[in-house]
Amino acid sequence: MALTREQVEKVSLLARLRLSPDELDRMTTQLTAIVGYVDQLSQLDTTGVEPMAHALPLVNVLADDVVQPSLDREAALAAAPKHDDECYLVPAVLG
Amino acid sequence: MTDPYMIVIGLEVHVQLATESKLFCRCSTAFGAPPNTQTCPVCIGMPGSLPVMNRRAFELSMQTAVALDCRIAPTTKWDRKNYYYPDLPKGYQISQYDLPFSSHGHLDISDPKGRFEPRRVGIERAHLEEDAGKSLHDEQHGEADSRIDLNRAGTPLLEIVTKPDMRSPLEAKTFLTELKLLLTYLGVSDCNMQEGSLRVDANINLHVPEDGRAGGVSGATPQSAVIGTAATAAGTIATPIVEIKNMNSFRAVERALEYEAKRQWEVWQETGQRLGDAPKQTRGWDDAAGVTHGQRHKEDSSDYRYFPDPDLAPITVAPEVVKKIRRGQGERPAALRSRLEQSYGITPYDSDVLVSQGRDLVQYYLAAADACGDGKLASNWLQQDVLRSLNERGGTIGDFPVGPTALADLLSRVKRNELDTNRARQVFQKMLTEGITAAAAVEALGIKQVDESELIALCRELLAANPKVAEDIRGGNDKAAGALVGQAKKRNPNANPGRVRELCVELAKEKM
Ligand SMILES: [Zn+2]
Repeated sequence: MALTREQVEKVSLLARLRLSPDELDRMTTQLTAIVGYVDQLSQLDTTGVEPMAHALPLVNVLADDVVQPSLDREAALAAAPKHDDECYLVPAVLG
Repeated sequence: MTDPYMIVIGLEVHVQLATESKLFCRCSTAFGAPPNTQTCPVCIGMPGSLPVMNRRAFELSMQTAVALDCRIAPTTKWDRKNYYYPDLPKGYQISQYDLPFSSHGHLDISDPKGRFEPRRVGIERAHLEEDAGKSLHDEQHGEADSRIDLNRAGTPLLEIVTKPDMRSPLEAKTFLTELKLLLTYLGVSDCNMQEGSLRVDANINLHVPEDGRAGGVSGATPQSAVIGTAATAAGTIATPIVEIKNMNSFRAVERALEYEAKRQWEVWQETGQRLGDAPKQTRGWDDAAGVTHGQRHKEDSSDYRYFPDPDLAPITVAPEVVKKIRRGQGERPAALRSRLEQSYGITPYDSDVLVSQGRDLVQYYLAAADACGDGKLASNWLQQDVLRSLNERGGTIGDFPVGPTALADLLSRVKRNELDTNRARQVFQKMLTEGITAAAAVEALGIKQVDESELIALCRELLAANPKVAEDIRGGNDKAAGALVGQAKKRNPNANPGRVRELCVELAKEKM
């Protein structure tokens, strides 16, 4: 299954990746290879096999609704490129 | 006046569930904390952190879905909805895509004033997802930056999506009112719109007659098309769907929809655009200006690149669990209303007023009505006297100084004609301010039953002293007796005005 250059361009836009024309060509080839590799799975006969939503045989992993301490604000904001000690600062968001 | 088009409305309601902690981490959900003081590595999307589902959030979601008569999926999972926005730290929202935990429900609505026919509004699905953070637009920081508060990120939201089943803005408002009442009865959310606990988006379009564009030869208004469902009937076509956002009250929803229907009718007449000719448009409601404005175009849903969240295990629900929830739920508002109407003889309007006040008030009403044996009288007193006093005093019906038994005692005295309405009101006030029984209040006010013979004597005297009135009554004008009631009250404050009136008429005519 070959991906088109246009498909890769659209995905890169959605992923906020700016690719040069060269990179776009390279990514198209590489992504096609990856998708092709995964596509081998469709050769298997899965008749009667229940689809799984998860790789582990686990269900109903739930926690009690009890508040635990949160991060100090200082620690939470520390990794942000820009903040004003109260909030994260980002380029202006237009409603 | 009938519109030349049919309005088709569907709603998306986001309800914040009443949990202590967030959906996938144990940060507090309390409203109003200083910015970014209720976050942790999970809800700000730090690499390597792992979400764990809040048991209570799932239980509250189930409560709601069962009350909306939804089908509960035996297995459900969570998916990542991918998009970039500064208030979404992970770059995806954990939501439910193709296996929501519930679907195919409904909620019945009707109008006690009969302005529309009772309607069953289908619930397409209800699913559980996390909220995003909040952008604060602070003028002081100039135009360069937006400030982001992530306290709300990860708060549990139940998204309820209706079918496009509503046919007027009033029906949409009524649906929201009924849904909010149901959620309040269930105790699953505080439904506070100001704090964002309940948010509404509305989808609206029109079904118009195919030949209905104005500016034709005659310019005549086409006749109304009678259509029953969102599928277009023969000879009619659908206009493009618009999603309206930013509505901060149910009244705003109603107004925005009224405005939008008119706007779409005008656009249709100008452009003739049909559903599919233009992409779905998003418009924001400006409450002050009373208009909607176009907003950025939404990425279409395939652009969200949903896929199952590998960090969360699926949830399975056994049928017994659903049955147990159903059994454990109290009477829903709709069932309560019809019980009040059928067993207590009150009007749909009255039952609506009582049930809208919440479960505790209805319990109070039932106790009072049962004890005095008069559902109508209890309903009148509850609405006029109890609710008014409650509003003035503040507090809840549970703390109200006059309990249902005490009120019923008072009402029984009214029924036995021991007290007229005015006297009974005085007794009620006394009971309220001094926290005493009806008997004690009657005593304290010096109210005594007036002997019938005493009352007859008094009426005879009054008739003799007012020959003109007596003459009028004999002439067939029974209302003239009213003039004597005030005098009787002056002579004996305990005289029952109703009885005085009756006696005066009787006695005057006796002498004919
Ligand atoms: Zn957290």
